[in-house]
Amino acid sequence: MTQVLTKYDKYVTAFQSLERSQAAREPQWVRDIRQRALSRFSELGFPTARRGNENWKYTNVGPVANANFEYAFGASRDGEKAIELRGIAPWGQDWVNLVFLNGRYSEVLSTKPSSAYAARVTNLADAFLRDGEVLEKHLARHATFDDDGFTALNTSFLRDGAFIHIPEGESVQAPIHLIFIATGSDRPSASHPRTLIVTGKHSKATIIESYIALSPAPYFNNAVTEIVVGDQAQIEHYRLLLDNTEAFHIGTSQVYQGQDSKFTSTIFAKGAALGRNNIHVLLDAPGSSCVLNGLYMTSGTQHMDNYINIDHAKPHAFSRLNYKGILDGKSRAVFGGIVVVRPGAIKTDARQSDKNLLLSRDAEVNSKPSLLIFADDVKCGHGATAGHIDGDSIFYMRSRGLDIDTASRLLIYGFAREIIDTVQVEPLRVYLEKLFLGALPSFKLLFGERA
Amino acid sequence: MTQSNAVTTKKVISRTSGIQESDYRWGFVTDVEADVAPKGLNEDIVRLISHKKGEPQWMLEWRLKAYRHWLKLNAEEPKWANIHYPAIDYQDIHYYSAPVSKAGPQSMDAVDPELVEAFNKLGIPLQEQKRLAGVAVDAVFDSVSVATTYQETLEKQGIIFCSMSEAIKKHPELVRKYLGSVVPYSDNFFATLNSAVFSDGSFAYIPPGVRCPIELMTYFRINQADSGQFERTLIIADKGSYVSYLEGCTAPMRKSHQLHAAVVELIALDNAEIKYSTLQNWYPGDKEGKGGVYNFVTKRGKALGKSSKISWTQVETGSAITWKYPSVILQGDNSVGEFYSVALVNHYQQADTGTKMTHIGKNTRSTIVAKGISAGHGNNTYRGLVKIMPSADNARNFTQCDSLLIGDKCGAHTVPYIEVRNPTASMAHEATTSKVNDDQLFYLQQRGIAFDEANYMIINGFCRGIFKELPFEFAMEASQLLRVSLEGTVG
Repeated sequence: MTQVLTKYDKYVTAFQSLERSQAAREPQWVRDIRQRALSRFSELGFPTARRGNENWKYTNVGPVANANFEYAFGASRDGEKAIELRGIAPWGQDWVNLVFLNGRYSEVLSTKPSSAYAARVTNLADAFLRDGEVLEKHLARHATFDDDGFTALNTSFLRDGAFIHIPEGESVQAPIHLIFIATGSDRPSASHPRTLIVTGKHSKATIIESYIALSPAPYFNNAVTEIVVGDQAQIEHYRLLLDNTEAFHIGTSQVYQGQDSKFTSTIFAKGAALGRNNIHVLLDAPGSSCVLNGLYMTSGTQHMDNYINIDHAKPHAFSRLNYKGILDGKSRAVFGGIVVVRPGAIKTDARQSDKNLLLSRDAEVNSKPSLLIFADDVKCGHGATAGHIDGDSIFYMRSRGLDIDTASRLLIYGFAREIIDTVQVEPLRVYLEKLFLGALPSFKLLFGERA
Repeated sequence: MTQSNAVTTKKVISRTSGIQESDYRWGFVTDVEADVAPKGLNEDIVRLISHKKGEPQWMLEWRLKAYRHWLKLNAEEPKWANIHYPAIDYQDIHYYSAPVSKAGPQSMDAVDPELVEAFNKLGIPLQEQKRLAGVAVDAVFDSVSVATTYQETLEKQGIIFCSMSEAIKKHPELVRKYLGSVVPYSDNFFATLNSAVFSDGSFAYIPPGVRCPIELMTYFRINQADSGQFERTLIIADKGSYVSYLEGCTAPMRKSHQLHAAVVELIALDNAEIKYSTLQNWYPGDKEGKGGVYNFVTKRGKALGKSSKISWTQVETGSAITWKYPSVILQGDNSVGEFYSVALVNHYQQADTGTKMTHIGKNTRSTIVAKGISAGHGNNTYRGLVKIMPSADNARNFTQCDSLLIGDKCGAHTVPYIEVRNPTASMAHEATTSKVNDDQLFYLQQRGIAFDEANYMIINGFCRGIFKELPFEFAMEASQLLRVSLEGTVG
C-alpha cells in the first residue's frame, strides 16, 4: 500500500491541495466520496497488469501511469474569451452549451438556459450547493469505483463537471451540449471531468458530449459520465472524442435504465494517441432498450479501445450494438463487447456487431465480442468482421468510370455512413459527415485487386 | 540412467460399490492387478516412470526439464477459463498405474483376459476374430497401452501405429524430432505436467504418399482410483499422406475427481491431411456434481507443409470439467484448419472449450463450427482465438458458434478473440444463443411426435452438421451419447 501510494504521489499531493482549497465550500458528503475514492485508487492503481486482466488485455495504459501529469484544474484562463466555439465544435442555433476548460466550468463561454427552461442544466460545483438531494442519491452510485482505477481516480478529483436533471414528464427539444476543452500547456496536464444526467419518468432529451483540444500538446482526459434513464424516458446521447493525437483519453459512461426506457448512444472517435471508451449499460427493468452505435477512425500510431458492457438484469429487455472501425497507418483498434444475460432475464433480445475495415498493412484489429448467458428463453447473437473492401466492388466502380481514389473513398464512406446516418440531430450529422470526409485518407484500396 | 528411489506397489483394485448411476453404462471398475506408483509428484516419480518405461537418457532429461519448469509454476493453474473447482492436490495423485504384465503383450493372447473383457464391455474388442472391421485400435488402460490391433497390416504399408513407449524405443529419431515441436514442454501448466509424467499414448507415422487404409483409433480408459491419466499422442503425416484418427475415452464412476491431462500433437507435412475425431465420454460426475473427470487437455496441430490440412472434430459429452482447445497452426501456404465441435453439459458439468487458429502462411483458410448445449446446472463456454499474422496474405476464417439452452439454471457463454494484422485477410464471426424453438416443437408434436422425442430430434438436428464430419460408427454413437446424456432433462 505504501509503495503504491509512493507511486501515485503526484495524485495524492494534488488531492491534498484540492482538499485544502475546497474544505469550506463543499458539503461533507462530497468530501467523503472523494476520500473513499482516493483510498480505493491507492489500492487499485492503474490497470497496468494486463496478464490475467481480460478487460485490459490488448491495451497498455503504462504510458498513462508513468507520465507525470499535472492536475490542470487551476490552470491559467487567459484568453478564455477569445475561444470561438463555433469554429471548433459542432454548433446548433438553439443548443444549450456548457463549456469546461480543463475540467473547470467556464461561465464566460457557456450559455446556460433561462429560468423558464424545463430542465436543470448547470455545473456540478454549483449543483453541490443547490441540488444536494438529487446528487446525493445518484452521484458516484452508478459509476462505482470499487473495481475500476480510472473511475476511482476521477472520483478522487470530483470537483466540477456537468449536471443535468430533466424532471418527470418534461421533453427538452433543444440538445444540451457539454463541451470539454483541453487548452493545452507546456507541461502535460490531467483533467477529470464528471457528468451526471438524471432524467425523470416520461422525459425526453438529447445530450451531446464533445471532447476537444485547442493545441497539439499532450494531456490526459479521464472522464466519467453517469446517466440515469427514468421509466419510459427517452434519452439520446452523443459522445464526440475529438482529442488531439497526443492525448490520452479514458472515458467511462455508466448508464442505468428504468422500465420501458430507451437509450441511444452514438460514439464518434477520431482522436487520441490512446483512447478508451467504456460504456456500461444496466438494463435494470423490463422493457428497457438500448441502441449503441459507434464509429472510430484511427491512423498513425493511434490506439482506440472500445469496451462495451451490456447487462441484461431483467426480462424483456432489448439491446443492439453496432460499432464500425476504419484503421489506417500503424494504428490499432480493440473492441471488447460483453452481453450478460442474468438468470431469469428471459425474452432478452441482444445483438452486437463489430466491423472493421483495415486500410493498411500495419494496422491491427483485436476484437472480442462475448456473450455470457444464464437464461434459456433468449435471443442473443453477435458478429465480428475484419477485412478490406473486396476488389470486385472497386472494379465495378472503375468500370463505370470512377478513378480508383474516388472509388475507394466512396466505398469507405459507404461503410461509415450506416453509423453517421443514425445521428438524429441535423447540425450534428452535417458536422460529423464533414469531419469524416475531411479525415478520410486519400486512398487506393488495392489489396483486393486481382492480379 | 540414475536408478529411482521410488518403487511401485502391486495391488488388486476391488470393485467400488454404492454408486448408482444408471445413465453412465461405462462406469464399471475392472479387477486387474495393477502396478501403482505411490501418490505424489517429485523427481523420483519422474525418474521412476521413465525407468519403468525403459526410456533412453534423452527422454528422461526432457521429462526432468519439464518437471523443473513445472515446479517454477508453483502449482498455479491457468485461471482465465470460466470453470470452477476446488484446488487440486497434485501430491494426492498416482502418476503411474499399469496393469501388471510380464514384458508387454507379444500377441493378443497374452493380454490379460480381464482387460480384454473390460474392453469388450466398452465395445472395443481386442481379439483377432472380433476386431472392429476397418479400425486399428490402440487400447490404453490407465497409464499404459495394453494392445494395438492391426499393427501388421499397417506395417506392410510402412505405417507405424504403436504405443508411445514403443515408439520411443523403436523410432527415437521421429519422436525426438517432433515431440514437443507443436506443444513445447513450457506451453502451459497442464502440458508441462504432462511432459514430465506422461506414461503412454499413441504414436502414428504415415509415410509419404500413403493413404492410411483403415481408421486408427485409441481407446483411453481410466480404471485406477485416485490416479491421473497423462497420455501423449503424436501423429505425423508425411508428404501427401492421409490419416483418419479416432479417440474414445471412458472412466469408472467414482466419488472423487480424477485428473486427465493429455497432450496431442499433430504434424502435417506438404499436402498431407489429418482428420482427428474425438468422442469424449469420461465419467461426468453424478447428478449432484460429485465425482467426474477433470479433463484438462492440450491438443494442437501444426499444418507445417504447403496445402496441408488438419481437421478436428470433437463430441464432448463427458467429464465434470472440460478445458480443451484443439488448435491449428497454419504455417504452410494454402494450408487448411478445421474445427467442428459439439459440447454438451448437463447436471453440474462445466466446459470451457474452443479452438485457436493461428494463420501464418499465405492463403490459409480456417473454419470453426461450434455447437454448445447446456442443460441442468451446466455451464458451457466457447472460447476461441483467430489470429491472423502480418504474413498471412489472403487468409480466410469463418466462425460460427451456436448455443442451445435447455432449462433456466444453465449458462452458455461465447468468448471469441479475433486478432487481425493483415488487411488482405477476411474473417467473419457469428454466434447465436437460443432455446429449443417453440414453433419447431409445436410442428413436430402436431405431427404426432411425442414431446421428448421432438426435443431430441431438434437437438440432434442442431448437431447434425458436426456429426456428419465423424466416421459413420462414431456418428451413430455420438448421437446415442447425446441422447443418454440428456436423459431426463428435456421436458
